[in-house]
Amino acid sequence: MRTEMVGDVAGLDTSGYGPRTLTWWGTLAFMSLEGMGFALAAGAYLYLMSHAQRWPLNAPLPNYWPGTVVAILLVASAPLNHLLSNWARAKDLKKVRIGLVLMSLLGIAPLIVRCFEFPALHVGWDTNAYGSALWFLLGLHTTHILTDVVDTLVLTGAMFSKHGANPHRFADVTDNAFYWDFVILTWLPIYGLIYWVPRLT
Amino acid sequence: MNARRFAQQIALAAAPALLAGCVDSQSVLNPQSGEAHDLARLFWIFTTVCSLVWVLVVAALLTLLLRRRRPDSTPETDNLEQQSRKTAVVAGLVALTAVILVLFTLGSFYTTRGLIAPGPHPLLIKVTGAQWWWQVEYEDSDPTQVFSTANEIHIPVGRPVTFDLEATDVIHSFWAPNLMGKQDLIPGHRNSLTLTADKPGEYRGQCAEFCGLQHSHMAFLVVAQTPAEFWAWRQAQLKPAAPPASGQQALGQHLFVEGSCATCHTISGAGAGGKTGPDLTHFGSRSTIAAGLMANTPSNLAAWIKDPQELKPGVNMPQVPLSDHDRGAIVAYLEALK
Amino acid sequence: MTIQTEPPRDSSFDDAVLDQRLTEVWGTKPTLWGWLTTVDHKLIGRRYIVTAIFFLFLGGIAALVMRLQLGGPNAHIVGPDTYNQLFTMHGSTMMFLFAVPVMETIGVFLVPLMIGTRNVAFPRLNAFSYWVYLFGGLMLWTAFFLNSGPDAGWFSYVPLAGPQYGIGKRSDIWAQMITYTELSGLAVAVEIIVTVFKMRAPGMTLDRIPLFVWAALVTAFMIIFAMPAVMVSSTMLILDRLVGTHFFNWAEGGDVLLWQHLFWFFGHPEVYFIFIPATGLISSMIPAFTRREIFGYPALVLSLIATGFLSFGLWVHHMFVTGLPRLGESFFTASSMAVAIPSGIQIFCWIASMWDAKLRLRTPLLFVFGFIINFVIGGLTGVMVASVPIDTQVHDTYFIVAHLHYVLIGGAVFPLLGAIYYWFPKVYGRLLNERLGQLNFWLAMVGFNLTFFPMHLLGLMGMPRRIYTYQPEMGWGPMNLLATVGALIFFASFLLLLFNIVSSLRSRTPATDNPWEAGTLEWATGSPPPPYNFARIPVVSGREPLWDRPNSLPVVTGLRVDRRELLVSTLVDAKPDMLLGSPRPTIWPFAAAMVTSVTLLASIFTPWAVVWGALPIAIVFTGWFWPTGVKEEE
Ligand code: HEA
Ligand code: HEA
Ligand code: HEC
Ligand code: CUA
Ligand SMILES: [Cu+2]
Repeated sequence: MRTEMVGDVAGLDTSGYGPRTLTWWGTLAFMSLEGMGFALAAGAYLYLMSHAQRWPLNAPLPNYWPGTVVAILLVASAPLNHLLSNWARAKDLKKVRIGLVLMSLLGIAPLIVRCFEFPALHVGWDTNAYGSALWFLLGLHTTHILTDVVDTLVLTGAMFSKHGANPHRFADVTDNAFYWDFVILTWLPIYGLIYWVPRLT
Repeated sequence: MNARRFAQQIALAAAPALLAGCVDSQSVLNPQSGEAHDLARLFWIFTTVCSLVWVLVVAALLTLLLRRRRPDSTPETDNLEQQSRKTAVVAGLVALTAVILVLFTLGSFYTTRGLIAPGPHPLLIKVTGAQWWWQVEYEDSDPTQVFSTANEIHIPVGRPVTFDLEATDVIHSFWAPNLMGKQDLIPGHRNSLTLTADKPGEYRGQCAEFCGLQHSHMAFLVVAQTPAEFWAWRQAQLKPAAPPASGQQALGQHLFVEGSCATCHTISGAGAGGKTGPDLTHFGSRSTIAAGLMANTPSNLAAWIKDPQELKPGVNMPQVPLSDHDRGAIVAYLEALK
Repeated sequence: MTIQTEPPRDSSFDDAVLDQRLTEVWGTKPTLWGWLTTVDHKLIGRRYIVTAIFFLFLGGIAALVMRLQLGGPNAHIVGPDTYNQLFTMHGSTMMFLFAVPVMETIGVFLVPLMIGTRNVAFPRLNAFSYWVYLFGGLMLWTAFFLNSGPDAGWFSYVPLAGPQYGIGKRSDIWAQMITYTELSGLAVAVEIIVTVFKMRAPGMTLDRIPLFVWAALVTAFMIIFAMPAVMVSSTMLILDRLVGTHFFNWAEGGDVLLWQHLFWFFGHPEVYFIFIPATGLISSMIPAFTRREIFGYPALVLSLIATGFLSFGLWVHHMFVTGLPRLGESFFTASSMAVAIPSGIQIFCWIASMWDAKLRLRTPLLFVFGFIINFVIGGLTGVMVASVPIDTQVHDTYFIVAHLHYVLIGGAVFPLLGAIYYWFPKVYGRLLNERLGQLNFWLAMVGFNLTFFPMHLLGLMGMPRRIYTYQPEMGWGPMNLLATVGALIFFASFLLLLFNIVSSLRSRTPATDNPWEAGTLEWATGSPPPPYNFARIPVVSGREPLWDRPNSLPVVTGLRVDRRELLVSTLVDAKPDMLLGSPRPTIWPFAAAMVTSVTLLASIFTPWAVVWGALPIAIVFTGWFWPTGVKEEE
């Protein structure tokens, strides 16, 4: 078919960040579907709770300290996370490198506390349905921290490599920060469900 | 395509099936209780309206085929008048659809409400589904009036009967279409179903929820009787098993009670108290063997005891090695348990 | 330091040279390596569709064996154990390996072409999703041939599928197959959403998006919000079976109905993942045969969206006889009735589109007619079973089997067959034979109705579904025989299509770019399209852009030809916004899929597989995302 030129786009940007980019939307889509997974796991927990005579089922209440420490660590990492995102937008390579190292550490810290959190649930996954639901929720969230930490580590490596000073890498850092916000945000309702809902009823 | 021939073919194939009387005993289209009548009425209303809707859609397709214009390749657009006429027609049809759907919803709602309205003094029967048979217990506040049977449920006509439905292994579903819609039996849940049979008759029912290997052979029989007949049946069921009336039967009883049979089956009054299989106290009075698998005749029974796995593969009753002579004795004994 | 030179752009080449340069950059080498590493959405989409149709074949053969067994009473062709595996394999294959994937991945092929771009948004994810899907399907069928096929039905109710009653590895295989197909389904959904949002040709505002693309978009959204439910439930099932959790164990505080709620929260939307794209295919085919725009575009788009929303509020209609509060169930009757309105709108708009038109009665249009005639029957029986009282009678009987085949085959396979006839020339560059096509249509109509219409009556005559045999005195023999004969005729219609396909592939007359003189962008490029889809990115000013200016296509220029470059546009008004690189062929998606699949498979046997698999998985994904400094990353 004959074509007729009606415009030229040669001058357009070749990079960007946020909703202009494809990866930002991809990240958002994955966050939506994972968020849906969290919501359904939480729904299953509430469903089992509503069918139980008492809650927790034949188990002592969980110890809320490790979970609270994780919550504090996660929330405390939020300001730096946002600074890092801003540095990446400003394409400040040096600060981004430092920020990524710190964020890697701030990602590993809650993972270490998590190791103490599972025993603090005071119930096995195979004790009863209550235990299964708790381990499921906690396991689901742990996988999210884990994958984001691995992602952050890989990104840190990339920023220290010769490919670091690339606008797309900076955009990746902002998307990674975006995802970390999601990891923080999902923890709060799950934290409430695991430690505080049984104490309310 | 010759549509007439096609229709004829269908009619030919369908006629014997629809006309044969035997089919009616497990059919939605032959309601025999007030509840089933209500359901069938609603079903026919829906079917009539839906058939009309379909006929209209097909008529529209035929009309547009007849009205089509000669094809050429230039694209065209509807003019404004055509557009607005089509819009009006489509909007009208959508409104009509909405009205029909609202009526359908109301019809369903009121039918449901009618069905769950509590009746006076129902007879209580607890039905427990197990892979792949039905345990039936007639409940009563007076413990001497309580008894169990299996796979065959007698009910009086004209009196509401409430079935309490439970399951111990997997999900089953209790369904006797001539009498009522189905209801699942779910481990860990209690369900119930109430119905009132109109007239005496034998209605077949079948497990409707897939429950494993022998889901296909998990039937039951509902025998609706006049109150007097029901009463007589009930009195007979309340009695312990009949004592053996011959030497052969006595041998049968001995083999049954002392052998492995009694670990699974109950024959009250004979010392057999197993609970994992059907209660056989009045087995001779029942009309089928193994949840509707076959008619209760001595030869069928002998075949069943000889190799249940052959007749109902996967069934939870083992093959018990017995000589023909011993098996014959057990058959004679069981068939005498009227 | 190299001196920055201005890269070569398409504005400085004539068509022939441009084709050569772009083919060099976008092409896939015709070698095994090229085949394993390709990220071209057309190759992957085609591969996906062919694989899905292969699974249709396997599922169809399973159905034929079932039909032979049910053809007469007390048959002994297969025993109960095999039969239970057969219908589970049939249902699971048809739903998870055929219908959903085929509809989603027609989108993988068509969406970029219809919206005027060169690839999907995440081509490597696309490649990954195909491999995972393939491994999942192969695992399921290999297990079946090793007598480990799942046997608890396509919705695998617990406790039958649970640790106590589900023997061997059968239900684990089923649950893990779900993980594979959901992984791939979700990946494609993410891709389609981002592609449609950000990669539409300049000028393709929301009200100019082709209806199939709208349908793919709505479906992708539904997948994102529905599939996690089955991921969660199948994971719980595996955990119950493998490590002794108690989600569904009622003796330990679990609940049997939790499974049903989670499954159907996914399962009901799932049937619309199949139906909505099919309606998109219908809406996109009709204009070519009526020679004018579809009637009621805004109403059709709103119907798709409304169906998508409503479908999340219907799941309980699969659970009407489980003993939930009766009057609460009435709400779900109302919501199920409500979905009939958007479906009705669609039917009425299609009829209005064809009303008084210059109809070209070609094979695809015949299938559109067949679709309407059959689907409306299925939809109306759907409305019947949405009524709680009626459903208490027909639930779990052959009436439901009839409903589901009328909607699935009438509502999705007929559109698919039409679509095969319609887009085949675009995909393979050859037209299918028209006379064989018409014969195919009539054979399919007769065979299909003969198979499934009697099932309505069987259900009313008391025949439950999922029974491997029945006794002669039940009187179900004649109708079942009829259905079996019908199934053979229906099978023959597929063989005819297969023959038609093979013979046209061998024919030497290539199809033209636009054999139907249709109006959407996929017809503006070659048949089959070149690796880069469009030499220059088209500009759109209407819903049927090729009809706006019959002899010339407006385009924008300025894309680089020395790298894979895409034009990214703004979400709502599709204004050109950025030029982004698009990934080159790479083996990492294949490697990642291998590692993931092996880990998932091994985890059926030991939970430690997840631990061992973590490191290789981390390695392949690092390899995947590690920057390589190619031009596409500039
Ligand atoms: C493509 C797949 C598809 C589609 C589109 C539908 C569409 C519908 N389905 Fe169906 N359904 C299935 C696939 C599908 N279904 C499957 C696979 C099962 C079985 C699962 C299993 O158990 O294995 C099932 C089961 C199923 C059940 C559960 C039955 C049971 O197990 O007891 C119900 C109950 O409400 C139901 C309802 C509906 C309704 C109301 C629609 C509506 O969307 C239909 C709307 C369409 C129309 C109504 C026709 C067009 C409209 C008009 C022409 C306007 C005029 C109409 C009126 C005035 C009424 N379906
Ligand atoms: C899209 C989905 C789909 C499709 C297409 C079909 C197609 C068919 N189905 Fe089935 N079916 C289901 C989805 C589907 N089914 C589901 C979900 C269930 C419920 C399962 C459960 O209870 O768990 C079910 C259950 C089901 C039952 C009930 C089983 C039972 O309850 O015991 C029966 C019984 O007859 C049946 C029969 C058939 C038949 C004869 C076909 C025929 O139409 C098949 C014809 C097709 C072929 C024979 C393949 C031909 C293909 C080729 C030759 C390849 C070449 C093709 C091209 C080039 C295009 N199906
Ligand atoms: C391990 C348990 C077990 C043993 C031992 C056993 N049965 Fe059974 N039996 C069952 C079960 C379970 C059924 C129900 C089978 C079905 O219909 O699916 C049954 C069914 C029957 C029935 C049909 C009952 C009916 O109402 O339809 C008869 C009769 C019967 N058994 C007789 C016997 C005899 C005689 C023996 C000993 C020789 C025996 N059983 C040993 C478990 C057992
Ligand atoms: Cu019990 Cu099916
Ligand atoms: Cu549904």
